[in-house]
Amino acid sequence: MRISSHPILKFNRDKELSFIFDGRKLVGYEGETIAAALHANNIKVLGHSSVKHRPRGFYCAIGNCTSCNMIVNDEPNVRTCITLLEDGMVVKTQSNKGELK
Amino acid sequence: MKHYDVVVVGAGPAGMACAINATKHGLTVLLVERDDFLGGQLIKQTHMFFGSEKQYAKTRGIDIATILKKELLKQDHVDIMLDTSALAIYDDKVITLLNHHDYIKVKANAIVVATGASEKVLAFPNNDLPGIYGAGAVQTLMNVHGVKPGKSVVMVGAGNIGLIVSYQLLQAGVDVKAVVEASDSIGGYLVHAQKLRRLGVPILTNHSVKEAHGATALEELIIWKLDENFSGIAGTEKRIETDTCCLSVGLKPSSEMLRQAGAEMTYVRSLGGYVPYINQNHETTVNNLFVCGDVSGIEEASSAMVEGFIVGLTLANRFKNVPNFSVLMTDLKTQLKDLRAGETGEHIMKGIKQIMRGDHHA
Ligand code: FES
Repeated sequence: MRISSHPILKFNRDKELSFIFDGRKLVGYEGETIAAALHANNIKVLGHSSVKHRPRGFYCAIGNCTSCNMIVNDEPNVRTCITLLEDGMVVKTQSNKGELK
Repeated sequence: MKHYDVVVVGAGPAGMACAINATKHGLTVLLVERDDFLGGQLIKQTHMFFGSEKQYAKTRGIDIATILKKELLKQDHVDIMLDTSALAIYDDKVITLLNHHDYIKVKANAIVVATGASEKVLAFPNNDLPGIYGAGAVQTLMNVHGVKPGKSVVMVGAGNIGLIVSYQLLQAGVDVKAVVEASDSIGGYLVHAQKLRRLGVPILTNHSVKEAHGATALEELIIWKLDENFSGIAGTEKRIETDTCCLSVGLKPSSEMLRQAGAEMTYVRSLGGYVPYINQNHETTVNNLFVCGDVSGIEEASSAMVEGFIVGLTLANRFKNVPNFSVLMTDLKTQLKDLRAGETGEHIMKGIKQIMRGDHHA
């Protein structure tokens, strides 16, 4: 669900990046956040709440609310709405509070 | 540990303006921003601003960000750290920062908190379903990343943000099914409302969301009519099939860091939530801890910018002498006063009076 033409804005999609989401290989673009790339791939559920296991998506998209927390390259509690996508990233839905190693 | 005259937290319009003015007059400044770009929420504002020429009226927010950025990058004594979250402020004016995996300590003579605001939420059953987003979040997704939030949207709230984002959703090719507003009138400018109406978007006043449904993400929204006490009226429910709902029910200052730093705070409804007591130079009850922009009361980007310039100038004059200080300051104060003319401004001024402390506190 990417915007293909826009009356005011142009989007730079020069460099394709591939990443893994819960075992699936997906494609995004350089310069976009993990949450935006997932959303563009129609993925809205980024995790589950830790007690009642209700599905979680992003809410604020600017790093305020932690609703978009995911496990990125084995690190839990990454705010994916302000973390840029990188080539080869491994992204997983998170369903607990994360553990200290 | 690095030492700066001023550390500014947040590179939105207020923080950037503050950094520009402080460093222009000879101070060393560190500007810290959690995102990987400068400009804060300006970078998703594709509409033209009101206000006067000095605050770049008739310019799109996104272009104002570019103007400020150019001005900032011209300065010699400013360091900028992007992708960096400020964690805490300590009594000795040490501020701790997190940049990816690096924990950094910096010392400052003064700290300016310009952390802006965050979107409020509306309570209704299943309001946590994915697909229910803040209106500003959807604006970021669309205007910064070029991604649509879904096929169709119901917008909750007919203030300026709700109306503007609805229009931008249409521009992006998303079907806006309705704008729902709990009060009996449209809060935003009528020009924005008319644009939507001409495109066939119904604006339903005295309506709100009763509940949301969906298996793993939003599928349908039940809205209903409200009585004069804002309670839903049974029997007036309408079902709207939609995969996205935007909540545009106001902003609250992101002022947590100020409380942590020990600033005295109070709740002021007209300013959006908990805000610090300040003096006329925007200094909090903690010596050399300043605020500018939405963090000390929800307003517009234009006033945030002017507040930033005021704080930057105040600091410059405190640590170095600015020769034409009073002329510059008078001009800025006049700009701020002009921006706060009118009904909304009066409302805000009333709120500001509640947090203004006399200079004897300082
Ligand atoms: S959606 Fe709020 S922090 Fe990412």
